Amino acid sequence: MAAREFEVPKLTGEIKVPALQEGTMAGVKGFIANEKIQEALGYPGELVEDWHDKAIGKMGELLGKYRSLQVFMDACVHCGACTDKCHYYLGTSDPKNMPVARQELMRQVYRRHFTFAGKYFPKLVGAKDLTKEVLDDWYSYYYQCSECRRCSVYCPYGIDTAEITMAGREILDSVGIGQKYSNEILGKLQRIGNNLGLPGPAIINTLEGLEEDVLDDTGVPVKFPLDVKGAEVLLITPSADFFSEPHVESLIGYAKVFHAAGISWTLSSQAAEAGNFGLFIGSYENTRKAAMRIRDAALDLGCKRIVVGECGHAWRVAYSFWNTMIGVGDGAEDEFGKKLQAQLDHNYPQPAHICEVTHDLLTRGVIKVDKSKNDDRVITFHDSCNVSRASRMGDTPGGQFTIPREVIKMVANNYQEMAPGTTHEATFCCGGGGGLLTDDLMEVRVKGAQPRMEAYKEVVDNNKVNFLALICAICKAQFTKVLPYYGYDMSMVGGVHQLVSTAIELPGLGEGPAEAEAEVAGDE
Amino acid sequence: MSTLSIFYVVLFYAATLILVVGVARKILQYTRSPAPLKIPTTPAPTTSTGVAYRMAREVVLFESLFKSSKWTWIFGWLFHFGMLLVLLRHLRYFIADVPFWVAAIQPFGKYAAFMMVGGLGGLWARRFLVDRVRYISTPSDHLMLALLLGIGITGGLTTFGEHTDIITLKIFVLGLLRLSPQPVPQDPIILVHLAMVATLMIIFPISKLLHAPGVFFSPTRNQADNPRERRHLAEWAAKLEK
Repeated sequence: MAAREFEVPKLTGEIKVPALQEGTMAGVKGFIANEKIQEALGYPGELVEDWHDKAIGKMGELLGKYRSLQVFMDACVHCGACTDKCHYYLGTSDPKNMPVARQELMRQVYRRHFTFAGKYFPKLVGAKDLTKEVLDDWYSYYYQCSECRRCSVYCPYGIDTAEITMAGREILDSVGIGQKYSNEILGKLQRIGNNLGLPGPAIINTLEGLEEDVLDDTGVPVKFPLDVKGAEVLLITPSADFFSEPHVESLIGYAKVFHAAGISWTLSSQAAEAGNFGLFIGSYENTRKAAMRIRDAALDLGCKRIVVGECGHAWRVAYSFWNTMIGVGDGAEDEFGKKLQAQLDHNYPQPAHICEVTHDLLTRGVIKVDKSKNDDRVITFHDSCNVSRASRMGDTPGGQFTIPREVIKMVANNYQEMAPGTTHEATFCCGGGGGLLTDDLMEVRVKGAQPRMEAYKEVVDNNKVNFLALICAICKAQFTKVLPYYGYDMSMVGGVHQLVSTAIELPGLGEGPAEAEAEVAGDE
Repeated sequence: MSTLSIFYVVLFYAATLILVVGVARKILQYTRSPAPLKIPTTPAPTTSTGVAYRMAREVVLFESLFKSSKWTWIFGWLFHFGMLLVLLRHLRYFIADVPFWVAAIQPFGKYAAFMMVGGLGGLWARRFLVDRVRYISTPSDHLMLALLLGIGITGGLTTFGEHTDIITLKIFVLGLLRLSPQPVPQDPIILVHLAMVATLMIIFPISKLLHAPGVFFSPTRNQADNPRERRHLAEWAAKLEK
């Protein structure tokens, strides 16, 4: 099954709401997971015989476990506020990619089976039985949603389509229909410890190679430690950082920051992955199981701080869910939570985003930079959806917007914002998040990237922007692949810590650690 | 008492019972279902005071809708606040000695009927004129607007058209409240108005009107953004740690 041909949207530099065209994306489906992949996650290997009753039963279970789902099923009034907010609708014109219509795929079945009106007056309220066609629609359209939450910003009741997409995927998985891409990766993470399935020795090789490269480039022996017991910081970063371009440039950036600040740090071979696709498929149990590796690594290595690298959904899981699921955070009063929290240093936020760490070090003057080294770049910043609308950085709401921008401005001279309405909480997804970053969904990815590409084109044309700064492994992989479709060079894409890496001044051989110097400076 | 009066008395007792029990059951269901994860749409307030302020902006100003669509916002806000004023004005039928503030808002409540009807008209027009909204509209969405518009127009007619006998009406309403039923006014317009109001009360707990209690239970709006500072654990999720 080869993906079909499609036309790449023509950019105009302006985001327009298209007239709807029914069914344009109905045939677009990602590959289905095979038996082995499904069973590794505890799901049936193929569509079960009594799928109808199983699916309705699962829906009932989820309605009882998640208030979000129950309220969101009831509260929608079809006001249309969300209809022009989804990048997949804007890019494909398919009405089932409007958030409300995507929700309605489940709501129609909810009404039929769980409400009085839907049981007795189905036509009147748009209730429908769960047929095989409806199930197919679920598989198509719940995997054309990147769970970016943009619609939830605009809904007067805060209905978050991501919650419904996640429930839809969880129900599909429970009757044996899984998506190959997400479920295979999640299986690898649970089995091997990272999404790419890199075994420990491969990671060691990569890190040694990086040490040589940085030594050659800078003359400074920056270390990339692995499994070092007693290190202050345990860095959890997406495995793409180990060898994908441009991801690895950011990993080099983190290492230089820790080196320059004199902070001892380590990576972990058993938890060499920040990403957690359990989130994408809406499975609490699988998300928790994947995250447990991080708890185990933190306890084994005895680290005092846990820092997370550039990855959007991983930061959502870390910031919003780690305290709940694995006890990385503060304020636990139970044994499970206290065990790890007693070990962590609560002078620092737990977990911390690498941008929070670097921002703090730059602000306090612990690390020094030469901004002019980034002078060949005119930079714009793409807010990642999960960072913007599902997490925070720093102490105040909105820190997730200011901190990365301030980091960029502290290490580079040329910065340009994209148009309002396409950044901050209104940011457009890159088009590849939420488990869609697979070649079999390339049409969805390219078309879904259109709104972001329009805003990008505008700053490229008018402000000579040549660098799209990111803090998400998925955004980096997606834009690297999709930019060329729109006529841009993939080298325009990179991480915020790639910029830090370029500008940072490394203390030379024989000098003391910078942290001590800064403390002396602070006393004067 | 006439058969018609008996019918209206029974109708209103039944409608009230269905509304109160139905909505109470829904609220109980929302209260009991856990929110296992922190999912506020960020940026979100970090304290419960901040959450209360956010929720107040959402409920009073329709803040998110304002960000989304100015037309839907203006029609929606006109309708809801027109209806609020109209409802407050109606308190004079429910309270024997009308308090001064209810008396004071009478003129506003009177003309708020136009706000309400105008807002509803705009919202309904969108269901025909905007292709995306047309696509998602179900028959019940149209009927709901027809019902509310019918209530607004018949109500308006009792004030701006044929004046209804409000003394008989007040005796009827107070009779219901005091469990000593009195005859319903015989004017056809008020009878249609009352029948439609009872219908609305009956369908409230089984329809999208549940957005009214629902918004207060929406985790994306009512959670504080403090997951790093507090460990948040649902009962069923805690069992996974055993």
